[in-house]
Amino acid sequence: MKSLANIWRNLPLKAKIGVGLLGFFILAAIIGPMVQPYDPSAQTPLTMAAPSAQHWFGTTQEGQDILSQVLTGIRLTLELALAVGVIVTVLSVLIGVTSAFLGGIWDDVLSLITNVFLVLPPLPLLIVLLGYLSQQGQTPTIVVLSLLGWPWGARVIRAQTLAIRGRDFIDASRETGEKSWRIILFELIPNEISLIAASFVNTVLYAIGASVALAFVGLTNVNSWSLGTILFWAQTDSALQSAAWWWFVPAGLAVALIGTSLVLINSGLDELGSPRLRATRGTAKVAGHKIWPTDPTPVLAQLQGSRGRIGSFLYSFSRRSMLEGNAAGGDL
Amino acid sequence: MAYLLRRLAFYLVAAWVAITLNFFIPRAVPGNPAEIILSKYPDLTPQAYKALEQMIGGAIGTGSLWSQYLHYWSNVFHFNFGVDLANYPTPVSQILDQAIPWTLVLVGTATVIAFVIGTGLGILAGWRHGGWLDRSLPVWMFFQAAPYFFIALVLVDFFAIEHHWLPVGQGFNGEVTSPGWTWAFISNALEHSILPAFTIVLTSVAGWMLQMRNVMITTISEDYVIAAQAKGLSKGRTIFTYAARNALLPQLQGFGLALGFVVSGALIMEIVFSYPGIGYLLLEAVQNKDFPLMQAIFLVITFAVLVANLVVDLIIVFFDPRARAREAA
Amino acid sequence: MAPILEIDDLSVAYRSAGGDVHAVEHVNLTLNAGEVVGLCGESGSGKSTLAYGATRLLRPPALITGGSVRYRGRRITHGGDPADVLTMSHRELARIRWREVAIVFQSAMNALNPVLRVQDQILDAITAHLKLPKHEAREKAATLLDLVGIPRDRLRAFPHELSGGMRQRVMIAMALASDPEVVIMDEPTTALDVVVQRDILAQIVELKETLGFAVLFITHDLSLLLELADRIAVMYAGRLLETGTASAIMREPAHPYTRGLLHSFPSLHGARRELIGIPGTPPDLRDTLPGCPFIPRCSYTIPACSEVDMSLAPPIAAAGAGPDRPGPVTSDSHLTACPIVAPEEVSQEGVLS
Repeated sequence: MKSLANIWRNLPLKAKIGVGLLGFFILAAIIGPMVQPYDPSAQTPLTMAAPSAQHWFGTTQEGQDILSQVLTGIRLTLELALAVGVIVTVLSVLIGVTSAFLGGIWDDVLSLITNVFLVLPPLPLLIVLLGYLSQQGQTPTIVVLSLLGWPWGARVIRAQTLAIRGRDFIDASRETGEKSWRIILFELIPNEISLIAASFVNTVLYAIGASVALAFVGLTNVNSWSLGTILFWAQTDSALQSAAWWWFVPAGLAVALIGTSLVLINSGLDELGSPRLRATRGTAKVAGHKIWPTDPTPVLAQLQGSRGRIGSFLYSFSRRSMLEGNAAGGDL
Repeated sequence: MAYLLRRLAFYLVAAWVAITLNFFIPRAVPGNPAEIILSKYPDLTPQAYKALEQMIGGAIGTGSLWSQYLHYWSNVFHFNFGVDLANYPTPVSQILDQAIPWTLVLVGTATVIAFVIGTGLGILAGWRHGGWLDRSLPVWMFFQAAPYFFIALVLVDFFAIEHHWLPVGQGFNGEVTSPGWTWAFISNALEHSILPAFTIVLTSVAGWMLQMRNVMITTISEDYVIAAQAKGLSKGRTIFTYAARNALLPQLQGFGLALGFVVSGALIMEIVFSYPGIGYLLLEAVQNKDFPLMQAIFLVITFAVLVANLVVDLIIVFFDPRARAREAA
Repeated sequence: MAPILEIDDLSVAYRSAGGDVHAVEHVNLTLNAGEVVGLCGESGSGKSTLAYGATRLLRPPALITGGSVRYRGRRITHGGDPADVLTMSHRELARIRWREVAIVFQSAMNALNPVLRVQDQILDAITAHLKLPKHEAREKAATLLDLVGIPRDRLRAFPHELSGGMRQRVMIAMALASDPEVVIMDEPTTALDVVVQRDILAQIVELKETLGFAVLFITHDLSLLLELADRIAVMYAGRLLETGTASAIMREPAHPYTRGLLHSFPSLHGARRELIGIPGTPPDLRDTLPGCPFIPRCSYTIPACSEVDMSLAPPIAAAGAGPDRPGPVTSDSHLTACPIVAPEEVSQEGVLS
């Protein structure tokens, strides 16, 4: 628990905003079914109605309440993305670590497979796969997305595992006769946690984007209200031509905001994992002044001089200047 | 040279995988796709049905799996993708030929423009780390996360429906002009491509910019950039020839990797605009269960991305003197 | 001996949210024209920070918290007052950098731009400071390679195509491109094998004799400096512990740390003896304790050790000076703040237990 608190403290602000945003949507997903005012499929005579007190997000061409649809959609989409995230992360860790750990011909074969699936564009393949699968519903989508989603994480994790595998403490573990799987589980993986976390977030992002796109094209169950399906129906029933912006904006915005929160979180994790990115974060300000990398090293006396009389007076009360007072050889 | 040959071999392997997948998927899925087609297209002639089965397999398969496979390969090499079902008896390749140029011009140009602009902004953001570009990062991230077609919907609604500044969709206005190398047609087509191109640029710029920014930040702390400053070189030379030129290499590699996603997103976006490209064709194929068309589109898109990757590799080798030496060893 | 670079009471810190890391504290060091000054210290002693700070090349969060760095090169001062590097504008600095004070970086593989040919990188250094027509500049680049003994056809090569020793020579050639007065060498031979090391060092000495520039040679290897340098400054935890001529340091090392360093490498002459390291680790630079930073590791400490002035200002009681007038710092001055200077306090084998 302490390390979790530590991680939270070290996260940059933008990542914290991301966590907050995501938390909001997760909450919406959880309480959605209890809170939604109507059955999302229930049709009413109030068709294509703009937002009102009765229907906060307006209605579709069939008179269905869009708010209820969106709430259901958030839950379904997040469920799917989470499922894919977990499956893909497990797969990519498995393949990435095994490939790096075993080395030799196994590594070559697995790497080739990984790279081939990395370079093949996923969407056309997804479309063909889903197009042929007659049954609809979430499961085929989850399976298909997972099958195509693992190469990204696998490649990164393999690279990291290779780097760590060459380190001494792994050889030391081998020398003491520790079994391979124990080494993997207790030595390698703990060192790659931040990478695995980033890979998970990335996968969820990919799953959301891909599933929404597939639903929009009509490849998933058009009768279940995922966010992409809402957009599918909006497109099919000519929401655009009727200028019914309330139909597609909430669902699309939800997707965009969930995605944004994930990108923010990921960028925060990136900075946590890469000390160099972290070191440059927040340190472009030295002694209250912004210093660009091309600037010559600042000299304290000149920075203070540029503050002006009132500024210097106010500054002298700050904690910074107390520190400087001691540093500038005050006691010698 | 050896490096490029290895990359080419790799892409050939990938292409082989794609073609083989295309062959096996219809045969591997549960259920009989042939029956689905029969139910949807009851008027199909026996010859058409036979040709279809050669493509996707079925109860009455001619010859062993292996001979079917070989037959499939010869078809692919002759660009014979079978006959389109929805527009029977038009061959699929003919339908594709009409759509490919539209997509190529729109998606190709817009993607390159977005990459150039995004990389340029990324150089700035990386150099002035902590400046105003950095502060607007969450806005960039929003655009990176938003689905292409959603932004398209919003833009069309605003610019075309509510304000009538730009055309709603289509590649060109059929009532006013017809395809040909006339200025009337070209200008009309250009007008119709403004919104789609703008959407692609708007949504993909963010990704390139963020990526370049991160690469620049790491590159700037390299010793040779400090050495450039120590040499008293001008700011421009330090930023571009020492920092950006090196940062460009991982950026280009990222471009290659992301191409698949960018193209996919752009295709879906075409649907919003009813743009007469491959994306729109894809939608129709899916809704009509037009399997031959679907499979052909899959191959075309895949090959296009592979070729684009090869081109990016060429560019990388051109820019990186180490790449030429690296794989040769 | 005319001073060319005077580092006066320089302090450099790295700012962080957790407090300042005092990398350099009140350092006084003078470099005279044409002399070789060795700056010796272990990793983290602040020797690189001192050199890069003096040329203001440190990146954020570095901050120069005090002192001045006066440059007296004739091209800048025109015989008048020295110029303080710390008060210079960006443009004035650009004039000083490389033209007056050049740097040879530690790792040539990292300090050379991987995508530019050697010729272009040398030309960059030349054209940034000398207004030469293109073909003359190219000829000068070729001449520079001749100077360091590299065949001219290597001009068109990329850095990764050269061997380690060649790369370092390219760096040296590049440093001399605009005929500087001072060349700072940051551990130029550390990454090379011993044979190449000797070649490069011999080359440096030869170039120095021919072209007449001063050298600030930074290294952790004191044995190297004993042969190479005219004067040596020993640095530890951001402060100078001892400065003096190479022969004085070798014959009569004053500070216990210096003595420890001298006895930690074997000599080719004399009887075999046990190699003794210096037990302990350098202090955390976030706390500035008063007095000598070596106290925790020193076996000779007395109460006066925590009260000494580490800035190695000229001694009050030097020859010819009175109690109120500080004596002159001559280039022969052997300075240390250590109050225990008498050599007979040290046991016969120079072992610090």
